[in-house]
Amino acid sequence: MTYYSMGMQVVRCCSRAGVPGPCTRQWAVQLRSLAATGACRRASSGTCTAALRNVAAAASAAGVATDGASISSSSSSTSTQPAAKVDYEAVIGIETHVQLSTKTKAFCSCASEFGAEPNSNICPVCLGHPGTLPVLNADVVRKGVLAGLALDATICLSSKFDRKQYFYPDLPKGYQISQYDVPLCEGGWVEVVVPDSGAGTSVRRIGITRAHLEEDAGKLVHGGAASLSGSDYSLVDFNRAGVPLLEIVSEPDLRTGAEAAAYGAEMRRIMRFLGVSDGNMAEGSMRCDVNISVRPRGRAAFGTKVEIKNMNSFNAMQRAIEFEIVRQVDALEGGREGEVVQETRLWDEGRQCTYSMRKKEGLADYRYFPEPDLPELTLTEAYVQELRASMPELPRQLRERLLGLGLSQYDVLVLSDDAEVAAYFDAVLAAGAPAKPAANWVMGDVMAHCKEVRLGWEQLAARMAPAALAEMISLIEDGTISGKIGKDVLPALLAGEGGAGGGSVRALVEARGLVQISDPAALAAIVDGVLAANSKQLQAYREGKTKLQGFFVGAVMKESKGRANPKELNRILMQRLAAPPS
Amino acid sequence: MNPPHTLQSYTEMRVLRTTNIRAKPADMRLSLVCGSLHGPLHAARDQVARRGTSATELTTAYLRQLHSAETQLQCFLAVDDEYALRQAALIDSRLAQGEDVGPLAGVPIAVKDNLCTQGLQTTAGSRGLHGFVPTYDATAVARLRAAGAVVLGKTNMDEFGMGSSCENSGYQPTFNPWDTKHVPGGSSGGSAAAVAAKQCIAALGSDTGGSIRQPASFCGVVGVKPTYGRVSRNGLVAYASSLDCVGPIAQSVADAAAVLTVIAGSDLADATCSQKPVEDYTAGLLPLDNLSSKPLAFKRLALIQEACGEGVDAGKSGLRHIVVAGVTAALAGAVRHLQELGAEVEQASDRPATYYVIALSEASSNLSRYDGVRFGQRGAADELKNMYASSRHSGLGSEVQVARRILMGTYALSAGYYDAYYKRAQQVRTLVRREMNMALGRFDALLCPAAPTTAYRVGEKSCDPLSMYKGDLMTVNLNLAGLPAVCLPCGFSGQAAGNALPVGMQLIGRAFGEADLLKLAHIYEQTSGVVTILPSVFIESASAKHD
Ligand SMILES: [Zn+2]
Repeated sequence: MTYYSMGMQVVRCCSRAGVPGPCTRQWAVQLRSLAATGACRRASSGTCTAALRNVAAAASAAGVATDGASISSSSSSTSTQPAAKVDYEAVIGIETHVQLSTKTKAFCSCASEFGAEPNSNICPVCLGHPGTLPVLNADVVRKGVLAGLALDATICLSSKFDRKQYFYPDLPKGYQISQYDVPLCEGGWVEVVVPDSGAGTSVRRIGITRAHLEEDAGKLVHGGAASLSGSDYSLVDFNRAGVPLLEIVSEPDLRTGAEAAAYGAEMRRIMRFLGVSDGNMAEGSMRCDVNISVRPRGRAAFGTKVEIKNMNSFNAMQRAIEFEIVRQVDALEGGREGEVVQETRLWDEGRQCTYSMRKKEGLADYRYFPEPDLPELTLTEAYVQELRASMPELPRQLRERLLGLGLSQYDVLVLSDDAEVAAYFDAVLAAGAPAKPAANWVMGDVMAHCKEVRLGWEQLAARMAPAALAEMISLIEDGTISGKIGKDVLPALLAGEGGAGGGSVRALVEARGLVQISDPAALAAIVDGVLAANSKQLQAYREGKTKLQGFFVGAVMKESKGRANPKELNRILMQRLAAPPS
Repeated sequence: MNPPHTLQSYTEMRVLRTTNIRAKPADMRLSLVCGSLHGPLHAARDQVARRGTSATELTTAYLRQLHSAETQLQCFLAVDDEYALRQAALIDSRLAQGEDVGPLAGVPIAVKDNLCTQGLQTTAGSRGLHGFVPTYDATAVARLRAAGAVVLGKTNMDEFGMGSSCENSGYQPTFNPWDTKHVPGGSSGGSAAAVAAKQCIAALGSDTGGSIRQPASFCGVVGVKPTYGRVSRNGLVAYASSLDCVGPIAQSVADAAAVLTVIAGSDLADATCSQKPVEDYTAGLLPLDNLSSKPLAFKRLALIQEACGEGVDAGKSGLRHIVVAGVTAALAGAVRHLQELGAEVEQASDRPATYYVIALSEASSNLSRYDGVRFGQRGAADELKNMYASSRHSGLGSEVQVARRILMGTYALSAGYYDAYYKRAQQVRTLVRREMNMALGRFDALLCPAAPTTAYRVGEKSCDPLSMYKGDLMTVNLNLAGLPAVCLPCGFSGQAAGNALPVGMQLIGRAFGEADLLKLAHIYEQTSGVVTILPSVFIESASAKHD
């Protein structure tokens, strides 16, 4: 009676000797296909050879693929032939799994946190123990609806859950609770700002097909080796089992790797602005699967679709897509259509290539049917309206507002990338700073400091109040201190010495004697002193060596300990240099 | 206006009824309690409350009876005497301190093995779950314990509820206390037989397609299949989630009502459990001498004609020809008795079920979790796929019923077949529900046998799954419609060997109409007099005990 164990669960798995192929990772995931289909087939590992050949080509093609939808086969060919006549375009759709940042899991009350001790956040429900039943977490629905509204999707007031069935050791119940034919959100779009090859950007609208709620599976950890093939047992960590996900399916509207990366980034931004997910790809709280095919430009029919998984950054996604476009175009151009088959390929970050994980012979049969343990999910119009009213500003709306302040496109993109940055910036504006200098300070020295010391913007606000930065900016604007002095004072502000602004920064610069010298008489005295001490140079200047002006400016600055008002200093200096004092 | 009948006249009526059905057995004992509700649960509860006996004494007595009958019946898969006695002692000490221990204080109860019991092995009759000890109590079990009941052990069942005879248990067959050459029915056969043999005062069962009612019928006890969602399924090892119900099996309607009152009600752990408030189902039950002469006046009942009607267009549903004469006769007698009590009895029609497509589809999915990874038995294998195959083959394949049903369910959900089977079945289910609810708009209750036959011989049908499926036809539509039913003894059918076997009548009520339904059943039970014949097993050990 001791089989029940809440500790690390052990599953003995494949330990076949001599597994060939450079990409051992495929074995781990291949198990899923074996178990799901019941077929004992080995995925081909030969495809990496072909892929390798294209690595160099991919790099050269990247530029082409990035700045437009056009990929000509010549760019990827190692031959010296002129450009081929056929112009290809890629058709790309993305399935994004967003982990919803609820306190507890989707169907039980276990904590939904990342990085806990293996199998510490588990209970009979998420382990699929006999007799246990799922109970839907209301916060999952709330966050799902918020995300749907942000994507301008239609919220289905009546949706349902279904069981997606397959066998795998990380799937406790033998099925995943998901939404099949009636998802929570249908339709929608997202605005994507794509950087082009120059300094400009273009804006595209990408359609959203649907978004539905589902639960995550556990995680396999392979013992004795980095991957399953070299290990003789595997462990299952069920902490992630039952964690809520929102799967967002895009229309096949994307054409390039850059667009896909921009789409992913915007999706993450939206989720973060809403506070429904941290969108951390490295921790797996946001995962993108790419569906990609190529076709000659102008043809309506889609080519053969390939799925790519296992990219842990948007950058990797862009490179995987660019590699895959080249691979597919190369195969079609080379008359090797057989190399483009309906399959799942994995991105190998180390080798910068995709490789085949499993071939899809027809669709896997997941035997979906309505989940009888959960009643229909029924929402009221009032509930949806309430959430709509509570929506925070979205990235797109923020960008519009910032552009309206007269900021450049570049400034807007940088400031709107992160909700915390935007919030800090807004607070600086609210404290009275003008937009452009505020943007320069936030995006410049302040952002650099945050990155350098790995400081979050909320923590930053606790040290350097936005009002303190605003006060410093106003001191520069009104000439009390120079921009140079501002940079010198910043470390003190970052250390909290600027207090809450509203006079405390002025007090600080005054106490440190950093107030700019703008008084003409005082400045003239310094200038005269410098000229008197450097009569040789003055002589040379008056004889035509006007380049020496800089020398005098520097000398005056040094003499004033950097406090001289540069504008006033220049005016007086030029006056004195031009006409000797009478 | 009729003058109220006296107790005497009821007794006469009772004798008349039983005489019509069969000769009154020589050892029949009438144990109607005047002034308080009928049944050993009420008697025990009152005694404990009055401190006439202790929970420990009760538990000790029932454990003794349990073990003495067990060698012949094999009703239990697990009994923990020590634990039960500890629970009983705890209740006694609380009673001694003047605490209100609850409405089931000291009542010894058995639990079907598909209901999770914390710290006590729960296998659902499957070898695949051998060694599985739940970390939690099913809600129904937790509520029993909270009400002061003492859990004696876990009762045998067909593996995962798949079977109607207890012969499909992964461990042992159970035998019918009325005649041990016969099956007790299933899948809650262990619970029904244990109650009939007085190994416990009451038991929990579960009903997916008749698994409470058919064994109650075979064992001559009262079984209640509540409305779907009336009792939480949390902790019930799932067979078919949209059909499964937990319900009580007891020796009287009043006892069953008392247990149901305790276990029913909303549960945060089961999203399909109803929020409707729970009534005290014993509140409307009047002791025999408080009943009027025509207690069922103005009640309109309908006999499902395919089950045993006369002059019926037979063969329409294929039901009629499988109902044996003894059952038809017992039902006819019950109908006459109900009419004498004032009820109008008409006839209604039922349609054939699509039960199995839905039940097996859900079962194939619910049983996916028995993969040997996290609990239960893991098969030895060198790699994953073989581990799955070996775990599931040795664990679930031990009874061909289970493997067959998983295959059928998997097939029905497969691409290309889903629309023709599962989807179509759900559409028919909607029709069944609508039609039964329409019938219940016109009638207060529907009635039919709980099974087309009395308990059959061990081995008689185990090689003929189709006839066993047919046997379920009396009960499955009710599960599709989610409606409540009470099965209670309505007579006996003589066998060739001379041993009489009980016949159960099924009364079907409106959704969440358990209170009215139990009232009706109680009146019938109190006036018909067919409830009190004791199975031979009990009589032997009971007389030994009293010597
Ligand atoms: Zn959990």
